[in-house]
Amino acid sequence: MKSSDKKVLLEQYRKLIQIRLFEERAAEQYMLGKIRGFLHLYIGEEAIAVGAISALQPQDYLVTHYRDHGHALARGVEPNSIMAELFGKVTGTSKGKGGSMHLFDSSKRLAGGYAIVGGQIPIATGLAFAALKNGKNEIAMCFLGDGALNEGEFHESMNIAALWKLPIIYVCENNQYGMGAPVQDMVANPEIFRIAEAYKMKSVRLDGMDLKEMYTGMTDVVEYTRSGKGPYFVEAVTYRFRGHSMADPVIYRNKKEEDHWKTLDPIPKFKEWIFEVDSTLREEIENIEAEVELSIDASVEYADQSSFPSPEALYEDLYGSSE
Amino acid sequence: MVEMSYRQAMTKALREALLKDHSLYLFGEDIGGYGGSYAVTKGFLEEFGPERIIDTPISESAMVGVGIGAAMAGLRPVVEIMTINFALLAMDQIVNHAAKLRYMSGGQYTVPIIIRTVTGAGAQLGATHSQSLEGWFASVPGLKVVVPSDPKDALGLFRAVMSEQDPVIFVEHLLLYSSKGEVPEDDYVVPIGKAEVKRNGDEITIISYSRMVLVALEAAQELAEMDISVEVVDLRSLSPLDIETVLESVRKTGHALVVEEACRTGGFGAEVASQVQEFAFDHLDGPVLRVAGEDVPIPYSQPLEKLAIPTADSIIAAVKNMLGR
Repeated sequence: MKSSDKKVLLEQYRKLIQIRLFEERAAEQYMLGKIRGFLHLYIGEEAIAVGAISALQPQDYLVTHYRDHGHALARGVEPNSIMAELFGKVTGTSKGKGGSMHLFDSSKRLAGGYAIVGGQIPIATGLAFAALKNGKNEIAMCFLGDGALNEGEFHESMNIAALWKLPIIYVCENNQYGMGAPVQDMVANPEIFRIAEAYKMKSVRLDGMDLKEMYTGMTDVVEYTRSGKGPYFVEAVTYRFRGHSMADPVIYRNKKEEDHWKTLDPIPKFKEWIFEVDSTLREEIENIEAEVELSIDASVEYADQSSFPSPEALYEDLYGSSE
Repeated sequence: MVEMSYRQAMTKALREALLKDHSLYLFGEDIGGYGGSYAVTKGFLEEFGPERIIDTPISESAMVGVGIGAAMAGLRPVVEIMTINFALLAMDQIVNHAAKLRYMSGGQYTVPIIIRTVTGAGAQLGATHSQSLEGWFASVPGLKVVVPSDPKDALGLFRAVMSEQDPVIFVEHLLLYSSKGEVPEDDYVVPIGKAEVKRNGDEITIISYSRMVLVALEAAQELAEMDISVEVVDLRSLSPLDIETVLESVRKTGHALVVEEACRTGGFGAEVASQVQEFAFDHLDGPVLRVAGEDVPIPYSQPLEKLAIPTADSIIAAVKNMLGR
């Protein structure tokens, strides 16, 4: 294996476990009362964010929904600032005023986690409009869940993106449930990727539990859209291992189903594949695991030690001054 | 000074902006080939081309959302929502996103979008096309709301919003487009959040905005003939609200009447009335009263529609009642 390929693989594995460990620690901190409000975990779906986002360039725009920690981490946002945001601390990505569902990092062109189902889709479409007008070969990537497929904002945006040939990729993370509602009870077309055909938009279904397939598939999709051929719709099939949020007792699905999906866990699968390709990487993988664990522990410490925003922050960043 | 209509003032404002700022794009339904529902953008498609004058599908939510995204990426979109009634289809984008993105991102993203829309009743357009909902937006932190009543303010306020860094709801009134007024020929700007005394008087202050300013001025003229001296304050912006100019007038006259076209219950006038009694109570010689739209959907039939919104006569009656004249 070429050393550049090796580097990509190891970096992708680092991101996978970074997200998994971050989410597990966040759940613990929620149980301890350090994190309040809503907390939606991405556990089980990591291969999608890592595969799709590692196919992007730094100048591309990234927009996502409220289950957004994985996308932010995959984009390279520091665990420290994300964890601090979850704690409501001034060192957080939004100085503590956004919270878990609203992660932003303009330096990484992460233009937000959005907590109204479907609300992010028109905005991402507008970023793609600007990217087209700016003429710098930038594209936008917009994540949405299967629940968002039934929002008007999705359909309005799909139509506009196709009409105007915007450089945008919509990635639908079909994790089988919109809160507790099974996707097959809520979406009329079981072949979700084919919904795009109504808009004459290219689309593909990818295995969201397989990082290798996600990455190669998304690399092709990104190349298509960046070359000016227009938007793309991707259905990534996956499963969320935990409840909708920490408040969800998960009474709407059975253990047999959950156990089946857990056999498809993207992390051991990818790790085994790495060893198949190059068994000499075992030590490097172990080092990465140890490093990531330390860094996530450190992020909890960092968030805990950080200060809450001062009272003056209440009215800060509400309005800017006129030019 | 030059005389022009409110429509001409808006056309001039947009044309100036398009010429001056090349990052400005107009979005809206039928603003191009059709020339705009109220003909404000007539001729723009030919002059500026389809790259910048963008006819959108009838998708208010996506249209506003596209504007938000474009604004976040550094463009300056002006999105026309044909009437304020249709803004209801874009409420998620306006209220949940545009208004909150600067705050929720800790100042990392700004949304310099201008949303132009048309408010008001009086043209027998029926209940779904005659609402005055601008007050709703004024109660959303993160938005700015301007409501010009004459051509001078329409042009001057548009020049001001062009340098705003936050979302602005620019509210025009459907019955004002043909009204005319004197407009200075220089590059004057009407600052956002600054009310204007449109008529000086010393016995009572009428506070109003948008078309109701004209109706209040008409009432004030008739009252002058009855020897009643009325001061008329035009708010011009609902958010930020220039309560100081209002209070200054009320401290002088001792009486305050709020006139608005929107439904009385929960209308923006209630906010103004509340602030007047809160900050100028000692100067008041009587309660702050309101003349407002009736709490009904606007009926189609002409005589009924006239009953549903304030008129000069209803304002005159209220003033005489308040002053015991």
